[in-house]
Amino acid sequence: MTLDGGWYLTLAAVLFTIGAVGLLVRRNVLVMFMCVELMLNAVNLTFVTFARMLDDIGGQALVFFVLVVAAAEVVVGLGIIVSIFRRRGGTTADDLHLLKG
Amino acid sequence: MIPAVLAQVGGTRAAPLQLPEVEYSAMAPALILIGGALILLVWVSVVRRRPPWLWAAFSLVTGAAAMGASLWLWFDVRDDGPRRAVADALVVDGFSVFFFVLVSATVILAALLGEGYLRREGFGGPEFYVLMLLSASGAMFMAAANDLIVVFLGLEILSIALYVLAGFHGRRLESREAAMKYFVLGAFSSALFLYGVALVYGATGSTNLVSIAQYLAGNVALENGVLLAGMALLLVGLGFKVAVVPFHTWTPDVYQGAPSPVTGFMASASKVAGFAALLRVFFSTFSTLRLDWQPVVWGLAVVTLLVGSVLAVVQTDIKRMLAYSSINHAGYVLIGLQAGTANGISGALFYLLAYTFMVLGSFAVITVVGRRGDAHHSLDTYRGLAARRPTLAFAFTVFLLAQAGVPFTTGFLAKFYVVSAAVEEGSYALALIGMLAAVVAAFFYLRVTVLMYMTPASAEEVTEGAPPAQPRLRLPATTGVAVAVAVAFTLAFGLLPSPMIRFARQATLLM
Repeated sequence: MTLDGGWYLTLAAVLFTIGAVGLLVRRNVLVMFMCVELMLNAVNLTFVTFARMLDDIGGQALVFFVLVVAAAEVVVGLGIIVSIFRRRGGTTADDLHLLKG
Repeated sequence: MIPAVLAQVGGTRAAPLQLPEVEYSAMAPALILIGGALILLVWVSVVRRRPPWLWAAFSLVTGAAAMGASLWLWFDVRDDGPRRAVADALVVDGFSVFFFVLVSATVILAALLGEGYLRREGFGGPEFYVLMLLSASGAMFMAAANDLIVVFLGLEILSIALYVLAGFHGRRLESREAAMKYFVLGAFSSALFLYGVALVYGATGSTNLVSIAQYLAGNVALENGVLLAGMALLLVGLGFKVAVVPFHTWTPDVYQGAPSPVTGFMASASKVAGFAALLRVFFSTFSTLRLDWQPVVWGLAVVTLLVGSVLAVVQTDIKRMLAYSSINHAGYVLIGLQAGTANGISGALFYLLAYTFMVLGSFAVITVVGRRGDAHHSLDTYRGLAARRPTLAFAFTVFLLAQAGVPFTTGFLAKFYVVSAAVEEGSYALALIGMLAAVVAAFFYLRVTVLMYMTPASAEEVTEGAPPAQPRLRLPATTGVAVAVAVAFTLAFGLLPSPMIRFARQATLLM
């Protein structure tokens, strides 16, 4: 059975949207973080699908760059989360209220 | 499946692997910055003797070396012409070298102003400088990128180091909160940018800027929805970085919470690099789609100008006020992009050049006035500053007036060039809105000046209930040098602008 590339692109777009909406509506910082990862992986799926459709290896190579950058972001992001929420029980973004105006 | 793969491998075995030639000279300034950062890291973990002034001195040397390499590249490009390097992933033209010079200057000034700050706050290590140098190298890669994925990598090198820098002052909860907010929204914008890259790749078959431009010039797509969506996402992703309304919401919080020298560096390097990528991608690569993006940029410029200047008026914190003012400045650079002409681009470049020195100088003064703990940033702190520290108040006045666009400063010429580029293209409405925004902006810049000069110093004790014996503001020598350099630049090239204008004019894009 073969599936048209459009289906993969649609799936990627849906995943990206779920990630983007999740980032904006969820209040738990760790869940927001996972939403970013979901968005990046949706982009990876898009890259691979386009590479297959265009018959071009370049798109698949780009995925590696994205993976590396996502890993680096995870390291820094988790470090920031730990440093800020170490002294508190939960990890909700509503606790961040010092800066406003 | 497997035999097919093996056959492919067997077929390619005959041909040797083609590796691209890597012209290290093309990215020499960025490599110098990375090398300097690595040497600092190794030094601190290997050598026992670590005088605290050493990190700043070494960063200054690194910045100066990067500046030297950038200037060498500048003359090289002028004599031998622009070229592409590293398998077309980078481009060395006047435009990218202009940004190399600008980022090197940012590094030097930020190192000067970090030294006094770190000493005052009691941070001994070289982390600040290491992160700053790495971040600046990312900015350089963004400016020289000739491939959307290289733009993305530069963006991430720049941003990831800045996320950490924003949370650098670990004892201040505000600083960590700023890091958190910057990180979440920065990661969000990177993902949007990347999805834009993927869509543009799908629509044109390449991420290389030149290949994209060639494809767009040769093919007229009847249904280019994917391409337009990709272009819009690129605009949003970079718009986040340069703080364009409506993607500016992180800016005031992060500018306020981050340590003052970091805010200065962020406001200059991050914005400059973001605009470098934005100008190159939209003006050069998507020039055939001008009719599609120009109205959008027009709209963004209008809301950015208006929101930036109007919301700055109601702020009571100087760093928040300057955050909105930097949003306002982004609007002026967008005016230059919207014009879409060579004059518009060189106007935008001159604006970024003038802006860098004004904003770094401003944050140098704010760092000093913030005092130990980096907490005194209410506008009331500036009451009667002229009586206590006349030179500091004078320098701040110069920066504020330059940002307001008063004649005989670089700020005036910067605004003049972008607005005249818009007028040349017939965008009268945009030019008018730009000038109106400048009038509104002049109000809040002048208000600080009035506070400094025309209110008595004793008012501070009354309003704040501070201890009667105000500790005298200490101006570290290095910060003093940074302020002096920024004032000299702003005034000297405000009076005699032709060298800098020629510099911006010659910084042309390789098409």
